[in-house]
Amino acid sequence: MSTPTTSRPQRPTAPADPLVAYLVGLGDDALILAQRLGEWITRAPQIEEDIALGNIALDLLGQARVLLSHAGEVEGAGRDEDALAYLRDEREFRNVCLVEIPNGDFAVTMARQLVFSAYQYELWTALRNSTEPLLADLAAKAVKEVTYHRDHATQWVLRLGDGTDEGHRRMQAGLDRVWPYVAELFAADDVAAQLPGVAVDPPSLLAPWTAYVEDVVARATLTVPTPTWHSRGGRRGLHTEHLGHLLPEMQHLHRAHPGARW
Amino acid sequence: MQVDVDTPPPVEEQQLRFDRMIADEVRIEPRDWMPEGYRRTLIRQIAQHAHSEIIGMQPEGNWITRAPSLRRKAILMAKVQDEAGHGLYLYSAAETLGVDREELLDLLHQGKQKYSSIFNYPTLTWADMGAIGWLVDGAAIMNQVPLCRCSYGPYGRAMVRICKEESFHQRQGFEILHTLSHGTPAQKAMAQDAVDRFWWPSLMMFGPPDSASTHSAQSTAWGIKRFGNDELRQRFVDMTVPQADVLGLRIPDPDLRWDEATGHYAFGAIDWDELDRIIRGDGPCNAQRMERRRTAHEEGAWVRDSADAYARKHAAAATTTSDAA
Ligand SMILES: [Fe+2]
Ligand SMILES: [Fe+2]
Repeated sequence: MSTPTTSRPQRPTAPADPLVAYLVGLGDDALILAQRLGEWITRAPQIEEDIALGNIALDLLGQARVLLSHAGEVEGAGRDEDALAYLRDEREFRNVCLVEIPNGDFAVTMARQLVFSAYQYELWTALRNSTEPLLADLAAKAVKEVTYHRDHATQWVLRLGDGTDEGHRRMQAGLDRVWPYVAELFAADDVAAQLPGVAVDPPSLLAPWTAYVEDVVARATLTVPTPTWHSRGGRRGLHTEHLGHLLPEMQHLHRAHPGARW
Repeated sequence: MQVDVDTPPPVEEQQLRFDRMIADEVRIEPRDWMPEGYRRTLIRQIAQHAHSEIIGMQPEGNWITRAPSLRRKAILMAKVQDEAGHGLYLYSAAETLGVDREELLDLLHQGKQKYSSIFNYPTLTWADMGAIGWLVDGAAIMNQVPLCRCSYGPYGRAMVRICKEESFHQRQGFEILHTLSHGTPAQKAMAQDAVDRFWWPSLMMFGPPDSASTHSAQSTAWGIKRFGNDELRQRFVDMTVPQADVLGLRIPDPDLRWDEATGHYAFGAIDWDELDRIIRGDGPCNAQRMERRRTAHEEGAWVRDSADAYARKHAAAATTTSDAA
């Protein structure tokens, strides 16, 4: 897609159009988490969970494809969903750090699912009123999907937290592992701020998210962690080291055959 | 005549009734009396089939994170998920015969029950996703369509559902190969290499020649097996060779030719030693597949235990099931 003589910019910048940046951010969240959940398939604790995690991954992948395709159309530079997914480097990815962290054990994955699906539930609920028709349409469908994702994670957090001692210990460790990545989800975002009516202001999602999640954590007899450090910067392309391992695996085959159709 | 509900009719009478049902092609259902050998044969076959679906997720699962387009990633993920669903239907069918899934999985993990040897081959390139769909799902369909009429009701009904999805898989595999074969030279070479590696193992999926097959005669008499291994293998070859022409890919068999006299394709000798070796455990991925399965099961033990403990604690509360899917 680029000639060898065009050098890459030294510091990748966010897309100039805030709508493109916003769509890419939400699309990358869904894509990267789908990729992580895909790693579980054939490794889940029971076959029903291979299926459930696969379902959730497929829903997220579907969301990612709509968002990235539309981002490419709005951008108008000829990039389709695959160009955006496979031909960007890590500094150009705009997902929050939460979705890229390794799966850990089943409790870490369920902690991440609880945090993220409860966040996405509030996000898509609010985006049903977006003035951008594509976002509003996608939100109407995604809310239903995410309702199931959130319920799935909730059930597991309860079963692990309020089951055996080992389940409880591991589920608490899972919450502790992912909580440093929570604040980033609700940080004010200058891209969203430039899109009144279209985008959702992330801090506005915090109160309903907290009410839901804290109730689940309490019912699971667990404690809401109070982390000492917090991730930040995913939306600006500042990621954890983990993304640099996830992307080559996802992208290498596509990149090895430039211009090929699949 | 007085009917004593506590004393079942004598075995001879039950056997006669069973034989008549088989002869009349009336489905045997879980509550019907059946000979112990019939039950054991079905458990062995259905379990092996279920295990094959579950182990069969691995070679394709191997490419989910690396699929070369988002569309292909979604299709592959859905396919692997279908196979997990097939495993579940089949374990349920086996459970109607008085065993439970946990027991059957233990037998698999202990190496006491088998799965299809085809899944002991590695998936080395993306084109293998095409070859597996086209050839392996294709051979599976050929084997399984007759099972839709199996004399045992729950197995036959599970197969009807499964066969519908398998034919989707076969078409998707064909489409992957067609796209590669009509793509760049490197993609076409990748497709040919995959067919070269999966052709012979696919023919072995029909099992040993009828002359060497141990279970065939009794299974046929019981209405479990409808056609011989060699007949199904021949049908598969006859169906597949013209499709290879459409794909523009070569079948790796120098002896393959159309035989006017028989109205079938004649094909070369199958290396049965290779199949024997893999069945004995000496295949490229036997150890790896089993290790992945056992590890997933063992590492999931605390999860299942905690879910059971939670369910017991909250038995009085609203029903909680682990399959929220
Ligand atoms: Fe299957
Ligand atoms: Fe299949």
